[in-house]
Amino acid sequence: MARVAVVVFPGSNCDADTLAAAREAGSEAYYVWHRETDLQRADVVILPGGFSYGDYLRSGAIARFSPIMTAVAGHARAGGPVLGICNGFQILCEAGLLPGGLVRNARLRFLARPTWVRVEATDTPFTCLYEKGDVLEIPIAHGDGRYVADERTVAQLEASGQVVWRYVRDNPNGSTHEIAGVCNAARNVVGIMPHPERRNAPVLGGQDGARVFHAMEARHATQHAVDVRAVGDRHLRV
Amino acid sequence: MTPPTPFPGDPPITPELVRDHNLTDEEYQRIEAMLGRAPSFAELGVFSALWSEHCSYKHSKPVLKTFPTAGPQVVQGPGENAGVLRLPGGWAVAFKIESHNHPSAVEPYQGAATGVGGILRDVFTMGARPVALLNSLRFGPLDEARNRYLCAGAVRGVGDYGNCVGVPTLGGEVDFGPGYSGNPLVNAMCVGLLREQDLITAAAHGVGNALLVLGSRTGRDGIHGASFASEELTQESERRRPQVQVGDPFTEKLLLEASLELIASGHIVAIQDMGAAGLTSSSAEMAARGGVGVEIDLARVPTREPGMTPYEILLSESQERMLVVAKAERLPQIQAIAAKWELTATPIGRVTDDGMYRATWKQRVVVEIPGQRLIEDCPVYSPAAEEDPEIRRRRAQRPSPESPVPSPAEALLRLLDHPAIASKRWVYEQYDSTVRAGTVIGPGGDAGVIRVRDAAFGIAVTTDGNARYVLLDPFEGGKAAVAEAARNIACTGARPLGITNCLNFGSPERPAVFYQFREACRGIADACRALDTPVTGGNVSFYNESPTGAVDPTPVIGMVGLVGRVDRAVPSHARARGDVVFLVGETHAELGGSVLWEALYGLVAGTPPRVDLAVERRLVDFLATGAERALFRSAHDCSQGGLGVALAEVAMGGPYDETGFGLEIDLTTYGGRLAAVELLFSESQGRAVLTSAPDRAAAVTALAAELGVAVSRVGTVGERGGSVGLRLRDAHVAHPVDRLREVYFCAIPRRMGD
Repeated sequence: MARVAVVVFPGSNCDADTLAAAREAGSEAYYVWHRETDLQRADVVILPGGFSYGDYLRSGAIARFSPIMTAVAGHARAGGPVLGICNGFQILCEAGLLPGGLVRNARLRFLARPTWVRVEATDTPFTCLYEKGDVLEIPIAHGDGRYVADERTVAQLEASGQVVWRYVRDNPNGSTHEIAGVCNAARNVVGIMPHPERRNAPVLGGQDGARVFHAMEARHATQHAVDVRAVGDRHLRV
Repeated sequence: MTPPTPFPGDPPITPELVRDHNLTDEEYQRIEAMLGRAPSFAELGVFSALWSEHCSYKHSKPVLKTFPTAGPQVVQGPGENAGVLRLPGGWAVAFKIESHNHPSAVEPYQGAATGVGGILRDVFTMGARPVALLNSLRFGPLDEARNRYLCAGAVRGVGDYGNCVGVPTLGGEVDFGPGYSGNPLVNAMCVGLLREQDLITAAAHGVGNALLVLGSRTGRDGIHGASFASEELTQESERRRPQVQVGDPFTEKLLLEASLELIASGHIVAIQDMGAAGLTSSSAEMAARGGVGVEIDLARVPTREPGMTPYEILLSESQERMLVVAKAERLPQIQAIAAKWELTATPIGRVTDDGMYRATWKQRVVVEIPGQRLIEDCPVYSPAAEEDPEIRRRRAQRPSPESPVPSPAEALLRLLDHPAIASKRWVYEQYDSTVRAGTVIGPGGDAGVIRVRDAAFGIAVTTDGNARYVLLDPFEGGKAAVAEAARNIACTGARPLGITNCLNFGSPERPAVFYQFREACRGIADACRALDTPVTGGNVSFYNESPTGAVDPTPVIGMVGLVGRVDRAVPSHARARGDVVFLVGETHAELGGSVLWEALYGLVAGTPPRVDLAVERRLVDFLATGAERALFRSAHDCSQGGLGVALAEVAMGGPYDETGFGLEIDLTTYGGRLAAVELLFSESQGRAVLTSAPDRAAAVTALAAELGVAVSRVGTVGERGGSVGLRLRDAHVAHPVDRLREVYFCAIPRRMGD
C-alpha cells in the first residue's frame, strides 16, 4: 500500500475528493495540514485543487510559503513522486518545482466543463498505466488555467517530453501548445489542470481519471525497492 | 424600567427618524407601549431590523401558514435556518432558498456572491455539509447594456463564491423579461447532507452559557440591509451601494470547516449565521427560540474599524460571521478549533434568565427590550387583495389575426434562439459543477443529481418557476411551478420529497400585488398537498419595485427528490440510434403565456395552461417507477416552448457532445385536430418525452397502462448528426440537428457579446 499524503491548505476544496480517489485505488491516503513540517513517511504527495488562501494575490502564491512546502520540496528533490492538481499545479509552479506558470484563462472567465486530453508521456509515476495517445475525458474547473512559459522553456519541455497531457478537440483556456499538464526534468513532479479525481467511477460519467491513482499503487508495488520515504525533512531510501 | 443610556452622538428620536427606519406611526406607538418609554436610537435600529418585512414576515405570515408542512419525511419544518428531510440509512438533507435581489440590483457581483454566502451558512449552521448549490436568476432583456452588466456581474458573483468554497452548482434557471429590467432577481439555494442524529438547531439555552462571535470582524458594511430589502428601489438606491455587503469566500470556507468541526465536537449548544440584520436578528432569534434572555457587551465585538457605535455594531451585515452559544468552560477548546482554521471566537455575552434582550456598552445598558415580545409582537397585516383589471384584459387578449405566422419550422428556430429557452451554457460554465466528485447529472439536465458516497441512493435537486403563468393567473402559475419542479425531479428517476420556496413579488401594500401573492401561494399549497411535497421553509421577498414598476410575480420552487438507485439516474438526451420515442401526456390548445407568443409577438397574454394535479401525480409516479425498472434511456420534461422545443432538446444533446441525434417523429395521429403551431408550441402541463431501447418499449406501454398515464409511441431516434424531422397533419418540420445546436447554444453568448 502506498502512503499518499494529501496536503490541505486553508482554502483547499478538492482534498476530500482526492483522498477518496487515492483510497479507492487502494492507497493508504491521509491528510497533512499545511502548518505541519513532516509528511509522515509519504510515498506520494498530492497537492489538491481549491483556492488556497482564496487565491488572493495570485493562485498558489501564498500557499508556497506554507511550512509543509519545505518537506514537499525535499521529497521532490529526493525523487519522490509529487502530483499537483489544478490549484496544486499552480502551487508547484509558484514553488519552482515545475517550470512555467498558470495565468488567467484566455476568455477571462472561470470555466467548468469536460475537456479531452491526450496522454503524451507515460514515463511518470502518475501516467504509467496509460498508453501514449490515449484520449481521456476529464473535467476542468478553473479561472487561472492557461499554461504559459517562455519560448525556450516550452521548446525544452517539448524536446524532453515533459508535456504529460495536452488538450485535444479544443483548447479551453488558451494554454501554450495546448498544454494541460507537465512534469519536471526528473519526471517525478507532475502537474495537471483537469481533475482526474472527479472522473473515477461509471456513476460519475466515466473513469478516465482513475488510472492516475491506480498508477501510484502499481508503481509502489513494483518499485518498492527504490522507494523514497520522507521523515521530517530527511529523505531515506528504504 | 430604567431607560438605557443614550450613546454620545445619538440623534434624537423624531417622527422623521422613525419614518427613515421604515416604521409606521402605529408600529412606533406599539414600541413605546411595549417599553413604557421612547426607544433609544440603538433600540429603534433593532426594531427597524426585526420588524422589517424581511425579518418579520408581517405581511405574509397568515398566507404562509396555509402551506402544508408535515409529512413522515419532515425532520425540520419552517422556522429554522433551513428545512430538513429524511433520507434512507440515517441520512438527512437540509436545504433552503433565499433572495438577494435588492443588493444585486445595486451591486450585482457582491450582491449575488453574498447571497450564496448567506444560504451556505443557513445550511451548515444546521450541522449539514453543503453538497449542492442552485440558483434562480431573472434579468431584463439582454439587448440593454445595463441588463447585460447585471447578468454578467451576478453570474460571476454566484460562481466565484460557490467555486471558491468548493460546493458544486448543480442547476438553476435564468429567464428574462421587461419586468425585471429595474428589478433583477437573484435567488440562491443550498442543499446540505447530514446524519439525522447530528442535526443542531439555533435555540439558545442554558442560563449562564456564553455567546461567542466566530469569524470575521464587524465592519460598517450592510448596515440596514434588512430594511433596504423591505423597501422599493428608487433612483436613490444607487446611494445604497455602500450598504451592500462584501463577500470573502475564502473566510467562508474556513468558517464552514470550523463550524462543522465545532458542531461535531459537542462543545457548542447552538449556532446561527449572522445574516440579515446581523448580530441583532441572530441573537434575538436564538434567544426567542430558546425562551431565554441574552446580554451582549457590544464593546467586546471585534470590529474592523475604530469608533463604531452600538447602533452600527448591532445592525452591521458584515459577512462570514456566526453566533455561537456554548458552555463557558469549553471556551479554550472552541478557541483552539477556531485558531486551527485561522479564525477567532470571541465571547461577547451570555444567556440570562430574565427574558430580556439586552445590549451594553462597557457596563452601560444601551438596549433593553423584552425578548419574546421583540420577536412576537411585531404587527401582522392582512392587506387588501384584488386582481388588477389590466391582468383580466391581458388574459382575454390574443395575437391579432393579422399577425404574420411563420412556418412551424421557422418558429422552432425562433424559439431555440429565445433567451428564455436557449441553452444557459454561458452561465453554468462559470460554475464549478463537479467539485466534491459526486455529480451524476450536472447543469443543463432536467434536475441535478448527486450521489451520496457509500450509499446506493442519490439526491435530485431543481429550481423552477414561470412568471408568465403567474402574471396571467397566479393560482395556476403557483401550481405549475411546483408541478414543473416535480416533473423535472421525476425525469431523472427521483421521487419528490419536499420544497423550499422563494416568493419574489412587488409591494404587498398594493392590493393587486397582494392578490398575486395570495393566489400564487394557494396554488403552491394545493400542488404541494397533491404531490406530497411539504414546504420546509423559504423566503419572501416583497418590495421588488423600481421606478419602472413592480417585478413580475415570481415564486420560485426549490425541490429535493430521492433517487432510489443513483446508478439508474436518467439523463435528458437521446443516447442511442433506433431507440423508441414516446410522448407522455396530452397536448391541448394552450398557447396562453407561451414563449411562442412572446418570441413572435412580444405578447405575454392569454390564459396560461391549466394544471391537473391528479395527472401530474400519476406522471411523477410513472417516471420514477420506469426509471427504477431501468425502462428509459432518457426522459425530458416538456415545458417552455412545448413539444417542439422538448423534442429538439432531446435530439441536440449536451453542449460538449460533438453532435446530437436525428429524430424521426410522426405526430399525424397525435393531438387530434390541433393546428401544427398549437400542437408543437402549446405549453400544456403534465407531459414528458421519453426514449427507450426497443426491447423495453412494450414494458413502457404496459407500465403506463397500469398507472393510468397516456403514452404515445411517436417515432425513433435517428443517426448521430442526422436530421430532426417532425411530420404533422398540416406541416412538416425538418432541420439538421447541427443547425439546431448552433442556434440553441450560441443564442446567449451572441447576446452577451462573446
